Amino acid sequence: MPSYRYPVPPASEITPRNIFLNRRSFITGGASAIALAASGVNVLAQDQDARKLNAVASALSTDEAQNSYEDITTYNNFYEFGVDKSDPARYANQLTTDPWTIKVGGLVNNPREVGIEELLTGYDLEERVYRLRCVEGWSMVIPWVGISLASLIDKFDVQGSAKYVAFETLERPSEMPGQRAIFPVLPWPYVEGLRMDEAKHPLTILAVGLYGEVLPKQNGAPVRLVVPWKYGFKSIKSIVAINFVEEEPTATWHKQAPREYGFYSNVNPNVDHPRWSQKTERRIGGGLFNQRIDTQMFNGYEEQVGSLYENMDLTKFF
Amino acid sequence: MTQSRLWTALPEWALYPLFLAPAVYLFAAAFMNALGADPLKALENQLGEWALRLLILGLAVTPLMRLARINLVKYRRAIGLSAFIYVSLHLLVYVWLDQQQNWSAIWQDIVKRPYITIGMTAFLMLAPLAITSNRLSIRKLGAQGWRRLHRLVYVAAILGAVHYLLIVKAWPLEPIVYFGLIVFLLALRLVPARRSPGSRKRDPANASLGASR
Repeated sequence: MPSYRYPVPPASEITPRNIFLNRRSFITGGASAIALAASGVNVLAQDQDARKLNAVASALSTDEAQNSYEDITTYNNFYEFGVDKSDPARYANQLTTDPWTIKVGGLVNNPREVGIEELLTGYDLEERVYRLRCVEGWSMVIPWVGISLASLIDKFDVQGSAKYVAFETLERPSEMPGQRAIFPVLPWPYVEGLRMDEAKHPLTILAVGLYGEVLPKQNGAPVRLVVPWKYGFKSIKSIVAINFVEEEPTATWHKQAPREYGFYSNVNPNVDHPRWSQKTERRIGGGLFNQRIDTQMFNGYEEQVGSLYENMDLTKFF
Repeated sequence: MTQSRLWTALPEWALYPLFLAPAVYLFAAAFMNALGADPLKALENQLGEWALRLLILGLAVTPLMRLARINLVKYRRAIGLSAFIYVSLHLLVYVWLDQQQNWSAIWQDIVKRPYITIGMTAFLMLAPLAITSNRLSIRKLGAQGWRRLHRLVYVAAILGAVHYLLIVKAWPLEPIVYFGLIVFLLALRLVPARRSPGSRKRDPANASLGASR
């Protein structure tokens, strides 16, 4: 039987009483909430209290046991900081995430730069507790805070010819040691893409937070994609560009090994990775004797996303 | 042959606690949940890496003697047996904790996954070498036969490095370095010894073997 470690926040993470009470009044008193938002609180300030985000719960969240803050922030694949799972937690603190803008362009009539402040204050932040399944065969349950990607796309006058959305991660070798390696492990910058209907699906979010606080740098601060029915590498981190395009965009892992990583990369227990099985997964947090669990079609989101792939041969479009 | 006493000051038995200390640490830390978020993978991977490191050390003994005049032959059996212990523990963790004794999944892995097929083959090649790492076996097999059998370690080491390369994503540096070192150490064996061909039979690299004192 799986026994998960429940998140026990360290004392430093626990909300101080006055802030806690503030948040209460924030939630109950709509007027004060508006006032606060209008005052443009700098949520990126390093001050611990200011790291808190106010997010409403979502019906799209899973009620499965969540992984601990520690597990989520110390076990990361973010090759810009090194290939070891502990490298991002060790080196990502060098990354400057303020100021930060996303250049939105391509086949759109009103291209512009979107500042991170706009994402944090101009939208209703939601908490989305999602399963995350890595292509390597492990999984977590993560309480993201974010906005639906569709709500951002809707702000743009996208041209009819746009069929896909392309994303790009920051390339800044001075702050990303993995990008300084003599033998680059991946071609930089990291790029990813979604079909337009996938991008606009209600499950797809731009995450700006974790456990009710701004996103830790090792998890892709200040803003990353989360597509919970696809393998984790589709959920591109530290996004600096979003482009609407007509042709299927390239994706970094697909470019690296086209036989092993397709454009879609939907979680699918029936289509193995050429080198290993995808039938089961190990949920992180259960310790040394954790039992494997069966991997679900579309990572358990089949009901919501299955229709996107009707009449598609998923062994071909893997 | 002249060489510093320093290289051989340690008795052979003293190497076992030295070589096996990492395994003791890894298992203790894994059981105490102190190996990070995924203690199973950390334990499994690091046991495998220690096996490769010891195999590389074992393969370095002959070139060190021939080319650098450093004689570590006295320790070769301890190095080889320690490497085999790590390979066995690595396999044990895979069967017991990773695949959780799901024998059909393990069999599927062996027949379908080249990295598992290759890893298992390397283990099966190393097993007879470990079993015959004693003086009685040398006597029974004869020096020639024993030596021929133990050349299997060349193949097993290459397979071990390929096994590592096949499980990683992209091309990270570490498995490439292990593979490169093994190929380099095997290639050094093609370098002719620095002496006349007639004296080859007395070349200690060939004559003393791993199990001799």
